[in-house]
Amino acid sequence: MLKNLCQKMFGRSLWVYHANSGGCNGCDIEVLNVLTPYYDVERFGIKLVGSPRHADVMLCQGPAMRATAQALKRAYEAMPAPKLVFAIGSCACGGGVWFDSYPVLGPVEKIIPVNYYIPGCPPRPEAIIYGVAVALGLVEKKTAPVEFKELELPIPRYHPKDLHGQGELVVYEKAEKV
Amino acid sequence: MSILSKLGETAICLKAGRVTLPYPAQARPLPEKFRGRPIFDASKCIGCAGCANNCPAREILVFDVCQEIRILKYLGRRCTYCGRCADVCPEKAITMSQEFENGTNQIGDIGQRLELFMSTCQRCGRCFQEPSVLEQLKMKGYRFDDLQNERWIFRSQARLEGDAVVDDLKIELD
Repeated sequence: MLKNLCQKMFGRSLWVYHANSGGCNGCDIEVLNVLTPYYDVERFGIKLVGSPRHADVMLCQGPAMRATAQALKRAYEAMPAPKLVFAIGSCACGGGVWFDSYPVLGPVEKIIPVNYYIPGCPPRPEAIIYGVAVALGLVEKKTAPVEFKELELPIPRYHPKDLHGQGELVVYEKAEKV
Repeated sequence: MSILSKLGETAICLKAGRVTLPYPAQARPLPEKFRGRPIFDASKCIGCAGCANNCPAREILVFDVCQEIRILKYLGRRCTYCGRCADVCPEKAITMSQEFENGTNQIGDIGQRLELFMSTCQRCGRCFQEPSVLEQLKMKGYRFDDLQNERWIFRSQARLEGDAVVDDLKIELD
């Protein structure tokens, strides 16, 4: 549903505002790498703008820091109404490795609502393009949550019902596992 | 003279060719040692929780339901793909895959959850031995990480209540 809305709202081109709220510059470099001719992202109509007032999309890098939380919130509020927020990098997605230190508040979704997540430290430029392509509906997302539940004890317990008579011999079924 | 130099520039421009990659259609091959998302192999995992103890981002949670059942939950939100979990795993159950296209609209999509039967040692309870004495102390007994609030809890501390950070933020934004 969000994807349909995206295709409707952001049909032509995305103008991107690039907000760093205290990251280490690793993700910044990768985002700027996306905008180079090598990964030429203007094929999709994505263009970097300098002001959040001109932007459709906000690319957030770095965790929400104590010092920049308010500025980030104000930048988000300055964007015109149909807006998307991308959290790029593991800092923006989950708080980063220094998630429990004093200046770090946590992921950016604590301050502003986030629509798309691109984890990685830093994510490859391809990964960022992939995330944007997922948002535009060009490709399907590849990840899905994995849940595994073991139903049987891996080391079998001795139980008389596993004993079978073969002629004179009595064979324990799960003998080779034990 | 100027026309000739312009022609020379044109020749250089024509020779340069095209560098743009047709990315979503065709990907560039990855470097050999690239570390992507860690994949947990549940059939090999013995549930020693060495990965959880060595994760610098503390993104692997362990919850012991009882003596025999252990829940191992990898969240992956702030995972930096450092590969320490794969290094420390005694059974090589964790492999750093080459998947990097993890862009999603729900952060829960990159999580993995294993519910394992533990074949415990009758004497010590756990069989995996940590290298340092401090870490061995940390390992003993059960682990009760907070799976609801998705946070890692030291054994020495009681269960943490709610989310303390959110209130801090309110103060900051006023």
